[in-house]
Amino acid sequence: MAAMNMVQALNSAMDVMLGRDPDVLIFGEDVGYFGGVFRVTDGLQKKYGRERVFDTPITEGGIVALAVGMGAYGLRPIVEIQFADYIYPAMDQLISEAARLRYRSGAEWFAPMTVRAPCGGGIFGGQTHSQSPEALFTHVSGLKTVIPSNPYDAKGLLISAIEDDDPVVFLEPKRLYNGPFGGRPDQPAKSWAGHPDAEVPLEHYRVPLGKANIVRAGQAATVLAYGTMVHVALAAVAECGIDAEVIDLRTLSPVDVETIAASVDKTGRCVIVHEATRFSGYGGELCALVQEHCFYRLEAPIERVAGWDTPYPHAFEWQYFPGPDRVVQALRRVVEA
Amino acid sequence: MDRDQVLQLHIPEPKHRPGELADFSHLRLPLAGEIRRPPIAASAYEIRDLAYELIRVLDDEDRAVGPWAQPLEPAFLLRGLRAMMLTRAYDERMFRAQRQGKTSFYMKCTGEEAVAVAQACAFECGDMFFPTYRQQGLLIARDWPILDMMCQVYSNSADRLKGRQMPVFYSSREAGFFSISGNLGTQFSQAVGWAMASAYRHDRHIASAWIGDGATAEPDFHYALTLAAVYHAPVVLNVVNNQWAISCYQGMAGGDESTFASRGIGYGVPALRVDGNDFLAVYAATRWAAERARSNLGPTLIEHFTYRAAAHSTSDDPGRYRPQDESAKWPLGDPIERLKRHLVAIGAWSDAQHAALVAELDETVRETGRRAEALGTLNAGPLPDPASMFEDVYKEMQPHLKRQRREAGLEPGGTPRPAEGA
Ligand SMILES: Cc1ncc(C[n+]2csc(CCOP(=O)(O)OP(=O)(O)O)c2C)c(N)n1
Ligand SMILES: [Mg+2]
Repeated sequence: MAAMNMVQALNSAMDVMLGRDPDVLIFGEDVGYFGGVFRVTDGLQKKYGRERVFDTPITEGGIVALAVGMGAYGLRPIVEIQFADYIYPAMDQLISEAARLRYRSGAEWFAPMTVRAPCGGGIFGGQTHSQSPEALFTHVSGLKTVIPSNPYDAKGLLISAIEDDDPVVFLEPKRLYNGPFGGRPDQPAKSWAGHPDAEVPLEHYRVPLGKANIVRAGQAATVLAYGTMVHVALAAVAECGIDAEVIDLRTLSPVDVETIAASVDKTGRCVIVHEATRFSGYGGELCALVQEHCFYRLEAPIERVAGWDTPYPHAFEWQYFPGPDRVVQALRRVVEA
Repeated sequence: MDRDQVLQLHIPEPKHRPGELADFSHLRLPLAGEIRRPPIAASAYEIRDLAYELIRVLDDEDRAVGPWAQPLEPAFLLRGLRAMMLTRAYDERMFRAQRQGKTSFYMKCTGEEAVAVAQACAFECGDMFFPTYRQQGLLIARDWPILDMMCQVYSNSADRLKGRQMPVFYSSREAGFFSISGNLGTQFSQAVGWAMASAYRHDRHIASAWIGDGATAEPDFHYALTLAAVYHAPVVLNVVNNQWAISCYQGMAGGDESTFASRGIGYGVPALRVDGNDFLAVYAATRWAAERARSNLGPTLIEHFTYRAAAHSTSDDPGRYRPQDESAKWPLGDPIERLKRHLVAIGAWSDAQHAALVAELDETVRETGRRAEALGTLNAGPLPDPASMFEDVYKEMQPHLKRQRREAGLEPGGTPRPAEGA
C-alpha cells in the first residue's frame, strides 16, 4: 500500500501493466520523454524504453487509428488524448472503427485498446479544456466508458480497462487528479493525503468494469453521480443532512442497473448529477433506466442536476459548474415532493 | 537482403535533451541573397527546390541583399520594428500578470514576432486572417488596441468576448482576425473556404492561415492543401515551424524526414521556406505569395523557420525537455535585434533611439495595463454580466436556456445570485 493521488495511481496502473504484459504500449501527445502534460505517464518511458512509451504527432484520429491497427496485430495499446475536448478528430476511428470492428468482422478482429483522456472543468480551462463528452461515447454500441472518482478506483479500473478486450474510453476528471473536490472553490484545495481511497496497493488489482459503488448508504433518496460529481454530491449530502444514498457509477457503459434499481427501489427518490450539459446528457439515459425499473416505487419526479446547455464559459466557471447548492436544492425537492 | 533481418520500430528523438548542450550545426543555412526569386506564375514543380532552401535577406553585415531584397522605406521598416517590440513588451506584461494571479493563462510569441508582424504588413486591409494563438502580432501590426486585447486576457467587464474564451483566444472581425479555436488546425482549412467565397463574389481580398509545425499532423492541414490546390483558392497558408510543439520537437511532426514547405509540392501548391526571424525575408515571401493569390494564380505554402524562445505557455516548463542553452544557440538570431541592426546599418536608427523606444513602449504597456486592470481582472473583477453566458448559444435564446438562466438566479435585471462558494 502507498498513499497516492490520482495521477500516481493511474501511473501505477500503467506501470504494473507494462511490467506484466509486453504487448502493452503507451503513446500519445507529450506522453513520452515529458511524461504527459498532467504527468500521468511520468517516468514510464525511462523505465520501459522508447518503443513502449512514446510521443506521437498531434493527430488524435491517427493515434486511435494506430491503436486499432496495433490491436489487430495483437498488441494492447493505451493511448492518451491530451484533453477530452480534443478527442473529436478521433471520433470516426472510435465510432466507425474501434467500436465496430468486432461486430463487422464476426469477431475475427477486435480493438483491445484503452483511450485515456482528462475531462471536466474546475481549472479555468475555458470551453476547450473543460468538457465532459461522456454521453457521446455511451451512445456508441461497442464502446465502454469509464470515469473514476478516486485513486484506488482509478488504478483498479484502469487495469480492468487495459485488460478488457473491447475498446474502453477512460475519462479522468482532471479536477480530481490532485485531490477530492466538493465543488466549493472558495474553500482551500484538498489533497488526497489521508483520504481512505488514496491508499493504493502497489501491485496488480482490478476494480471490475460495470460495477457501481455505494459511497454513502442512505434511506431518504438516491443520488447517482460519477467523477468529480461524486464529491460534490457527498458535500451536498453532508451540508443538507438529508440521509441520501450516494452511488458512484464508475462505469457508465456497461452500467450497473442492479445497484441503481435496488437503491431507488429502497429510497423511492432519485437525483442524477453530472457536470456535462443536461440536454441529451447521460442523465437522460439514467432517468429512463430508473423509470423503467422503479416506476412503481418512485415517490417523486426524478431530478437532474447538470451543466447548463452552453459551452463552458471561462470567467463563469463557478456559475456554470453544478455545485453542491444545486444538488441540495434538488435533494430538497425530491424529499419534499 | 538479409533474410534474418527483423524489423525495428523507429521512434524519433531530438538530438539533445536537458543536461546536454544544444547544437544546431547540422542545419544547412543558405546565405542571405543566395536563393532565386521566381516569377509568381511559377508552378509548384518548377520551384520545388525552394521548398528545401531557406530564403534569407539580411546578411551577417546587416545588409538587405539578393533578389528577395526589395526597396522599402525606412519609415515602413520602423513601423514593423515598433510593432514587433510592442508585441514583445505586451507579452512580457501579460505573462507577469498571469504569474500575479490576474488571469488564468497566457502564451507568448517571443522570438517569432517577425512572422506575424511582417506578414500583417505584407497583406492589405480587408485581407482575412485565420491565426493560431501565437499570432498576436497580427493584431498589433494592424494597430488593434492592446487595451482591447488585455481586456480579453483578463475576461473583464470590457471583454468583447464576454469572458467566454480562455486568454489569448482573441477575435476581431473589424481587424480581419478570425475567432481563435482551442482545437489545433481547424482554422487552417476554414481559410480556404473564406478565400473561395471571396473568389465567388469576385472580391479582391485574399485570406491567410497559420498552423504550428506540430499541428500539421492534424487532418485539417491536408484538407487545406488539397482544397486550396483543387480550387486555386486565393490563400496564403503558413506553417510556423518554431521547432517545438509543447515537449515534442519538430521531428515528431515529420520534420526530420522532409521540410514542412515540401508538403506543398505533392499537392501542387507552390512552397517557399523562409528564415522566420528575418523580417525582410518574411515580408518578401509573403508579398510574393499574396500577389500570386491576388492574380488568380492560387495558393502558396510558406514555412517560417523560427524558434519558440519562451515556454509553450504559462503552464509549461521547457527546462524539462530541451537543453537550457538551446534558445541562446538558435543560429538565426532574434528578429527584433536583426531588424534593428539593419536599420542602424542603413543610418535610419540608432542605439539611443532604440533604447528610448523600448522605454516608451514599456510605459505604454504599463499605462494601458493599468487602464485594463481598472476595467477588471479575472481574480478581482469586475467581470461581464454572468447572465450573458446564456446568450449567443443560438441567435435566439431557446426556451430551455431561458429556464436554465432563471434556475441559475441570473435573470437579466434581477440581482445575480453570488457564484457558488463565492
Ligand atoms: C486538437 C488538439 N489537440 C491537442 C491540443 C493540445 N495542444 C495545444 S498546443 C499544442 C502544441 C502545438 O504545437 P505547434 O502546432 O507546433 O504550435 P506552437 O505551440 O509551437 O505554436 C498541443 C498539443 C489542442 N489544442 N488541440
Ligand atoms: Mg511549434
